[in-house]
Amino acid sequence: MSKLQAHDGPILEIDNLSISFFTRLREIPAVMDFSVSVQPGEAVGLVGESGCGKSTVALGVMQDLGVNGRVVGGTIRFKGRDLSQMSAEELRDIRGNEIAMIYQEPMASLNPAMKIGKQLIEVPMIHEGIGEKEAWQRALDVVRDVKLPDPERILKSFPHQLSGGQQQRIVIAMALMSKPSLLILDEPTTALDVTVEAAVVELVKDLGKKYGTSMLFISHNLGLVLETCDRICVMYSGEAVETGSIRDVFDKMRHPYTQALFRSIPLPGANKNARPLVAIPGNFPLPHERPQGCNFGPRCDYFEEGRCNRAEGIPMEPVLGNERHASRCLRFEEIDWNAPIKASVTTEAPEKGEVVLKIDNLKKYYEVAANALFGKGGDTKVVKANETLSFEARESETLAIVGESGCGKSTFAKVLMGLETATDGQILLDNRNIEGTRIEKRDTKTVADVQMVFQNPFDTLNPSMTVGRQITRALEVFGVGKNDAERRAELMRLLDLVKLPREFADRMPRQLSGGQKQRVGIARAFAGGARIVVADEPVSALDVSVQAAVTDLLMEIQREKKTTLLFISHDLSIVRYLSDRVMVMYLGHVVELGTTEQVFAPPYHPYTEALLSAVPIADTSVEKKHIVLEGDVPSAMNPPSGCPFQTRCRWKSQVPAGLCEIEVPPMRTLDDGHQLKCHLAEVKLAEMEPVIKVAAE
Amino acid sequence: MGRFILRRVGVMLLTALCLTFIVFFLTNLYPNLEKMAKTEGNMRMSDAEVESYLNNNGYLQPVLVKYGQWLGVLPGYVIEGTDGKVRAKCAASDVPIEEAPAFCGVLQGNWGYSNRLKKDVDEVIGEKLALTGMLMFWVMLLMVPSALILGVLAGMREGSKLDRTLSTFSIGTTATPEYVSGVLFIAVFASSAVGLKWFKGTATSAMDNITFENFFLPVLTIAVYGMGYIARMTRASMAEVMTSQYIRTARLKGVSFPNIVMKHALRNALIAPFTVIMLQFPWLLNGVVIVETLFNYKGFGWALVLAAGNNDIELLLGISVVSVVVVLVTQLISDIGYVYLNPRISVS
Repeated sequence: MSKLQAHDGPILEIDNLSISFFTRLREIPAVMDFSVSVQPGEAVGLVGESGCGKSTVALGVMQDLGVNGRVVGGTIRFKGRDLSQMSAEELRDIRGNEIAMIYQEPMASLNPAMKIGKQLIEVPMIHEGIGEKEAWQRALDVVRDVKLPDPERILKSFPHQLSGGQQQRIVIAMALMSKPSLLILDEPTTALDVTVEAAVVELVKDLGKKYGTSMLFISHNLGLVLETCDRICVMYSGEAVETGSIRDVFDKMRHPYTQALFRSIPLPGANKNARPLVAIPGNFPLPHERPQGCNFGPRCDYFEEGRCNRAEGIPMEPVLGNERHASRCLRFEEIDWNAPIKASVTTEAPEKGEVVLKIDNLKKYYEVAANALFGKGGDTKVVKANETLSFEARESETLAIVGESGCGKSTFAKVLMGLETATDGQILLDNRNIEGTRIEKRDTKTVADVQMVFQNPFDTLNPSMTVGRQITRALEVFGVGKNDAERRAELMRLLDLVKLPREFADRMPRQLSGGQKQRVGIARAFAGGARIVVADEPVSALDVSVQAAVTDLLMEIQREKKTTLLFISHDLSIVRYLSDRVMVMYLGHVVELGTTEQVFAPPYHPYTEALLSAVPIADTSVEKKHIVLEGDVPSAMNPPSGCPFQTRCRWKSQVPAGLCEIEVPPMRTLDDGHQLKCHLAEVKLAEMEPVIKVAAE
Repeated sequence: MGRFILRRVGVMLLTALCLTFIVFFLTNLYPNLEKMAKTEGNMRMSDAEVESYLNNNGYLQPVLVKYGQWLGVLPGYVIEGTDGKVRAKCAASDVPIEEAPAFCGVLQGNWGYSNRLKKDVDEVIGEKLALTGMLMFWVMLLMVPSALILGVLAGMREGSKLDRTLSTFSIGTTATPEYVSGVLFIAVFASSAVGLKWFKGTATSAMDNITFENFFLPVLTIAVYGMGYIARMTRASMAEVMTSQYIRTARLKGVSFPNIVMKHALRNALIAPFTVIMLQFPWLLNGVVIVETLFNYKGFGWALVLAAGNNDIELLLGISVVSVVVVLVTQLISDIGYVYLNPRISVS
């Protein structure tokens, strides 16, 4: 309920906003000269890499910058009123009531010691002064609106009793409780699985329409912004560099950074050999080390000495001919925006070698105590983390393992590495069984042969050891080099291999950026001349522009060393870009296995189909079929009967006699080694249409 | 829940058994026995006399046998001494030996006899425990609420002036041991040095009749020392909770600051200090020695020092059993309370 006067014109108007954080050493400008306006009912996307200041803008709008942050210039007007002039009490009236926020991590943003219902009814009780009963009724309605089953039960549960997707729906419900006129979404889906993400995004879109709410959507994912927003604002290092309608910015971009960003993400059509990604050179500047003139200058292909690094700042200039389209580039009118990508180096696809790794009917079951904390003895449940995995991997082949959290892909990696032993079946490395040998008992050669690149480079390096020491340690363990001098030489060679400057040997991990840390992780994995490298989401924690560089590095090393790469990921765009074969997993089962072309084209397994449809693609010319999966991934403790996917499958009705609920489908081989675990008849499979269609240009 | 408690009680019994055996073994080493024999008999006893005294009173049986007798799972000794007199463990002075029961250990409710205080151990422990319990009760009543208030006030706005002031105060109190603060309090409030003379400098009279005047200083001395520690824990916990994302959520929902602290932060912030508070009980039980001595209040700690100093084996054993039970019971309470405070943990 609005307590402000009626207002026409933009809901939110940010004008030349500058925000700085003050530390003892210096003032750090986080946002500079930033302008954006949100019209009623409009959704504006705010896109940029981490550290570009997009979240700071959101907190600035909320006037919640903490003790160190301060607005140092410009204004933020909400419905015509300057937020910085408001008293604490007026601000409280606006927060949660007029402007609501949805956060990145739903688990962390809900109070763990308070029941959901209490957290929800609080909002209208504070702002509208209504009674508890009425508020409870409202909460029930809103929870129903966010499509949660059994609202009564949900309101009476604690946050930890819900799944991640359900928690995010609750956060959305909380934001909608007082029917706000502006909704700020700060990376609302990054912590969620792709299929859950797709459902949440659709929900937000529908509710935005239903309630007529304006939205400020903050994300690093261009594809998501394309799906949800009307307008977009691209930020780089504290500044908006380009703003305009989605169509204008996606198809007729007028800023080199926007262009570079689009070239560094794997869109359909990109291919590791024929059309490789173009990584943005250099690193994101630290806030206190920004260059003179254009912030993007040092990394820009179109940089002009003396002009782009001039002393005064570079203003936002409107792009003529387009509505509300502006760019912060001095040269955007001179650049030929339709010129083809010049720097792309094409390579030949390498020959696949012999089979080095063979997995045969691998099973991994865990026994867990039914009551976890204090109970021991009594009932135990069996979690079937991996169910009859069979595949082969060849030399210099990239095999992608795809699936959502809980599908068993990480368990498989653990068994392969020897951190766990298999329950049944075999893993053959060069025809030697290794499934029963724990890593402590494996010989050095085997350990060195099978190595891993981890997901989070920030946690996997020892913070108190230099980079060189950590890699040298790996060399010692693998018995490379006879003495320190030889190992030092080998260390330098490894740093060269991962394209890090040799001085980095003496640096501490904290002095490195995320991408550089991941390179160290890769160097360590290859220290013993690994032949099989398991890359567990190696780029998902990195920024878009760095992802491309790290991916390319992996590909290059693979080409050179003929490594077998097992690429574990949930990101189908990157999988399509770099893998030769793809294995799709769901609840411990392999549901589809084939070459990349086979998996990404019909006939699909119904789960693959949904997964493909869920991945946001940042290309306006792509048409996607819209498939939203209902519900969450079932718990592996309590899997559904029959086919693991039957609870969410949209093709289930096409299979006669309820076979899906009774029997686990057998693995079928279609043409050319394309394997599928589904009951659907050949005819039905043949009817499937492609999920992603690229419209003719 | 029932099963959980049952298991904990089992663990408790086992711990008590092991611990008392260790104490039993150490106090029954020969030099200790010799010393005891000499205090009981006379200082100039010859080695042979000591030997026969110990033998006559059943002290020279194997340790395990003696332990079993103390526990009451083995029949008490009946020994015909070198002086021809028959002595039995279970015989009281007015009952003939023939009619004495076969078993008389802790299990039969017979805790033994304190050589030093010339009283039955259970009587001593009951009396001293009641006295110290009284002290503990008032200390807790003063210490816990004030420590929590201090901690919450300091932690709700980390780095503010209020926080700095309160933190300095709580660090100061924890850093001041009781024998310093106690002496200081006596000098200021109970002596003619400053001349305030509000309270009494001794708590001996409180053993019969507690008044504010005679009991406040010992309570304050202990409470002030323990308070700083709990306040520091609460502050850290509160400060952490206040920076968490769900507090930001509440703030951006428009909840007012007092409500954020009371409704959203408090319960989460109390989870960690709760364990610490529960750990204070065993500390209080034995840690009050200094204050009890300082204020001449003859409680549990005082009895412990007395028993240890005089090798009063059975009193010492009794005290260790009580200590173990107190430690384990408070831990059990702390675990159960934890479950109620933190909904993410469930017992069943």
